[in-house]
Amino acid sequence: MAGPRDPHVDSAVKQALSVSIATGLYGISFGALATVAGLDLAQTAALSLLLFSGGSQFAFIGVVGSGGSPVAAVTTAALLGVRNGLYGVQVAPLISTSWLLRPLAAQLTIDESTAVATAHREPAAVRAGFWWTGIGVFVLWNLFTMVGALVGNALGDPRRYGLDAAAAAAFLALVWPRLAGRLAQVVAGAAVLVALALTPFTPPGVPVLAAAGVAVLIGTAVPGASTAPATPTAPSDAT
Amino acid sequence: MSAYAVTWLAVLAASAACFAIKLAGHLVPAHWLTDPRVARIASLVTVSLLAALVGVQTVTSGPHLVLDARIPALAVAAVALVLRAPFIVVVLAAAVTAALIRSLGG
Repeated sequence: MAGPRDPHVDSAVKQALSVSIATGLYGISFGALATVAGLDLAQTAALSLLLFSGGSQFAFIGVVGSGGSPVAAVTTAALLGVRNGLYGVQVAPLISTSWLLRPLAAQLTIDESTAVATAHREPAAVRAGFWWTGIGVFVLWNLFTMVGALVGNALGDPRRYGLDAAAAAAFLALVWPRLAGRLAQVVAGAAVLVALALTPFTPPGVPVLAAAGVAVLIGTAVPGASTAPATPTAPSDAT
Repeated sequence: MSAYAVTWLAVLAASAACFAIKLAGHLVPAHWLTDPRVARIASLVTVSLLAALVGVQTVTSGPHLVLDARIPALAVAAVALVLRAPFIVVVLAAAVTAALIRSLGG
């Protein structure tokens, strides 16, 4: 890291900490919903430690909780993880880390660390933003996942406390910052229609996967480049 | 294999797949992915999966379409998002709305 009073680094670290706290707290809802979906404490903790990508984690428990097959759960989580691969392509040259640290940097490559890193220009600030956000979110996300899992275990009937509605709201909050462009809105609307239309006729988990096909079709068919790149739009995006 | 073991297997497989994707991003030469369509489709896939999950979690119950307290709860969550509330507040607002409506017999 750069000298002690580099203002760019200072501002990156400050941003990293506020993003880490906001995102970390969200881990409470993941932990609670994971136990409601039928995972035990260890499985819930393993998802936050090993998978560590909010969208994929929520999708995994969403598919499992609605009775979807394990294969559908893994496929949905992996498809939602594809964007992290694209973030990696973007941030790897910016943080230029050693081969030894690369697996760690990869695990910490999520919406938030990418957003904070790419919000800065100074190389030292970019690196500070990436690492402080990645580590900060990782620590707090895992901590609050455990808090949420304990709360979820204690609550009992999830419907009584509106936890099924909380799951829907969690996905709405995740998709919300991505709905800025017209094309994204069209795809989102089509995805909902396709998923709901298929629900009575296909096994659980399939409707959501079919919605991904809609995105590929529309994304391939519509010409023009007026969509946002894969970068997260705001540093307050969820994991 | 027990259902519990199958869930563990799925947890580990999903984690391995997602880590492999992250690591691949850090290892492939950047010029492999310069086609803007790749980034665009990946971004739209994310939107479509999350939007489909919103729909399924809000109005389905097993194989049935069901309209219940989750819909007003989602509307409250949307209002909270418009007001730029933090995520945890959005989620809590939805849960409280659904719980209140159900406690009133809705």
